[in-house]
Order: sequence, then structure tokens, then C-alpha cells
Amino acid sequence: MNLLEKLDAAAAARKAMLPEGVGAFGIPIEEVYSATEARIGERRVILLGTNNYLGLTFAPECIQAAHDALDAEGTGTTGSRMANGSYYGHRALEREFAEFYGYCTGIVFTTGYQANLGTISGLVSRGDTVLIDSDSHASIYDGCILSGAEIIRFKHNDMIDMEKRLRRLGNRTANTLIIVEGIYSMLGDQAPLAEIVDLKNKYNCTLLLDEAHSIGVLGETGQGLVEETGLQNEVDFITGTFSKSLCSIGGFCVSNHPQLDQLRYLSHPYIFTASPSPATIASTRAALVLLREGKTLRRQLWRNCTQLYDHLQKAGFTLGPEPGPVIAAILDNPRQALQIWQNLLENNIYVNLILPPAAPDGKSLVRCSVNAAHTTEQISYVGETFARLHRQILDTDA
Amino acid sequence: MTDSNYDEILQLLRDRLSSIASSEIIITAETNIISELSIDSIKLLNLIMEIEDTFDISIPINALADVQTVHDLASLISRIKSNH
Repeated sequence: MNLLEKLDAAAAARKAMLPEGVGAFGIPIEEVYSATEARIGERRVILLGTNNYLGLTFAPECIQAAHDALDAEGTGTTGSRMANGSYYGHRALEREFAEFYGYCTGIVFTTGYQANLGTISGLVSRGDTVLIDSDSHASIYDGCILSGAEIIRFKHNDMIDMEKRLRRLGNRTANTLIIVEGIYSMLGDQAPLAEIVDLKNKYNCTLLLDEAHSIGVLGETGQGLVEETGLQNEVDFITGTFSKSLCSIGGFCVSNHPQLDQLRYLSHPYIFTASPSPATIASTRAALVLLREGKTLRRQLWRNCTQLYDHLQKAGFTLGPEPGPVIAAILDNPRQALQIWQNLLENNIYVNLILPPAAPDGKSLVRCSVNAAHTTEQISYVGETFARLHRQILDTDA
Repeated sequence: MTDSNYDEILQLLRDRLSSIASSEIIITAETNIISELSIDSIKLLNLIMEIEDTFDISIPINALADVQTVHDLASLISRIKSNH
């Protein structure tokens, strides 16, 4: 099979999974009306498949900051952070992130994906080991592969399994980086951070926590799981993204280890790419202020999360273990998942569809992402539609 | 390679792989795990975790890049087990 034939085979496999005309992946959004509504085709839909957890995409403070930066500094930096791409805003945002977490230093990356890629591949290399949760995001897997370190997985959130694998590493644990996530993107559950910290200390490892989905969502000031659990002094490195609660694009790593700054000279995903545009940096700085002060938004977000989780649970769906901004209905059969996804869209609700092998354990997911700007009426309508589809599709099949 | 360690691992792999494979073919040492058995990457990784527990070893994911056939996997496990 030549290179193009391999792509043809992949296209055929995708076509076999999705019937003709069903564009579940990469669906075109024609117009965005607000943090919760957009037009898909001719439909005005409720957006329940975005990561806009605090609903800040149209926050006037962020839009104004981006406008001002565009006027003052232009559309792009046209260069790497290593060369001409470190403006005042980039350096200020790094200081602000470090200060937000109470750490001594921080680095800004061009995307959240690159934050994990650049941090992991900068911290570990051939001869080191990374111990990762089996449900880790692709950016973590890819960062580990790029690093050349040995990659060992443990069963998702299973501390007995994690310890077993640490024990097998013997004296290599001192050169082992454990990587976990604040909230996992597939099922929306949280890492048992206190137990992970205990094991990290017992085996003398280093710990990296990815707060991509949990920044803005957990903790008094929105730092994430690290603040929710009060373990800021126990986590060595924290990465995160701007593309969820902070509503732009980019990523960061913060640490109380000053050695983090060395990554600026050895991390390819940091060096060999253009730095974020001035408008992106400016809107992120404004969003970080709103996020820190966003107690009311977080309360509203959690009200919405609990309301939708309860609705879906009562309707009979199998869900992830706890409510959160990511709520996934877990289905055994991809055909049923596709049917529910299509019916939701026909009822003007956009959610994410995740089919095997992207979903854990061969399951399929119809995944909702809740945000603080959703109204009680919107959440009720979504819950009632899910309940009706459970009766029509799942109860009938059973 | 025909030592008993390898033979035992090969038999175990043939049993486990036939229980998760989508296609019904007779699994031999030369069977290609991905293309002939239609086993996706996640199922394969989960199988690796089971095997790690069976033999109390760690199999780095990176080492799987060179694994194509059942024989390749059995040899890898046998090698790691011997060095353990």
C-alpha cells in the first residue's frame, strides 16, 4: 500500500462509520451569535460542545483589549519567542500566570497543545521515564513520544495500578515524571490529586498537572484542581491552555522550580514557532483577570453542570462518575451514539460525538460541555430532549 | 527463538489476541497484529497493560513502534522479562 492508498483506506474506514452526509466531525459553524448560540446550516443551535466554560468569548473587556493591541502592535509578531517574538505583553502574561499560582516562573506557548509538547519534551529525554494516565490527552502522549523517554501508562485514576507501575520502575523513579490532568476531557472526572501527591513523594518522582479543563472551573480563584485540593506546594509543574475558560488560543506552564526557564533554550515547540499574536495575548490577559474574579461565573457554571448531569442521570444515561463541565453520555454502540447526536442536531442542539477508538474502552460518547452563560431554560430543554431520545432510541433497542 | 519462555508467551498472546480480534483467523507467530487482526491501538495498549500485570514487567509504549507481528511482540516481552 503506497502513501496515498493508506489515506484512501483511512477515508474508507471513516466513511464506513459515518453514513453519507453526516458531518459529525469538523461541522461548519456559519455564524456565532453568543457564547451559547450559533448557526449550523439553517439551524440556530444551542452550543453545548464548546469549551467556553466561563462563557467569556464575547466579554467586552477581552474584545476591547484585543482591539487595542491590534491597533497598537499589528496582527502578528512574525517571529519566535527566541528571536523577535517576545513583546511586553508576552512577558507580562508569563509574570501574571506565575503570580496567579504563587510560583516563581512561567512560560507562555503558542497553543495549549504546544504547552504540553514543549514542557514534557523539555523536562524529560532518553533514559528518563514518564508515567501517564491511560486517558491522557493526545498532547501528553505526543509530548512523551517527542521526548524519547520511556512511556508507561497506568489505568485511568487507579492508584493501586499506578503504585504497581512505580514499584516496577525500581530506582528509576527519581527520573520519572508523573503526568495527570485536573479534569479529564473524555468523561469529565477529576484526578485523585492528594493520593497522586502521596505516591509522588513516596517514590521521589516529579509531578506535572495539566489544568486545561480545570482552570477557571475549580478552586476559589479558578486555579484549578491544585487550588481545589490546596496542593500548590506539592505539584512541580502546571500546564494549561487559553482555549477553554480563557477563550483565546495559547498555553502556559508555571512552576516554583526556576529551572523551568531553561526550556526557553531547549524546547523545540517553544522555539521553532511564531509567538502568539498581540491581540491573543491582550485578550488572554483580560480574561485572566475576569477568571480570577469569576466566583459568580463559577457558581453559575456549577449550577448548570449539576442541573444537566441530574437530568441525564434521571433519563437513564450512563455518565462519567461525577458532575462537571464535561458531561459524557457513555454508549456501547456507535450506531446509537450517532443516532442520538443526529437527533440532537435536528432538535437544534450541538454536542460532540466521540467514536472508538478515540473514546475509552471501546465505548462511544455523546459529550456535552456546559458553560456559565447557558440559561436554566436552555439546560432544561437539552435535558428533556436527551430524555426523549433515550426513550425513543435506547429503550426501543433494549 | 524457541525457548520455553518465548513459547509460553507466544501461546498466551495467541489466546488473548483471538479473544479481542475482530476477524476470525488462525493466529500464528507471523500474523500481523494491526492489519490482519483489525485490533485498534487502544485495544492493543489495554492488552499490553494486562500482559504487564501477568508477568510483573513494564513494557514502554515506545517499544511497540517496532512491533508488527505476534512474534515481534512475544520476542519483546521475552526480552524484557529476561532483563527484569
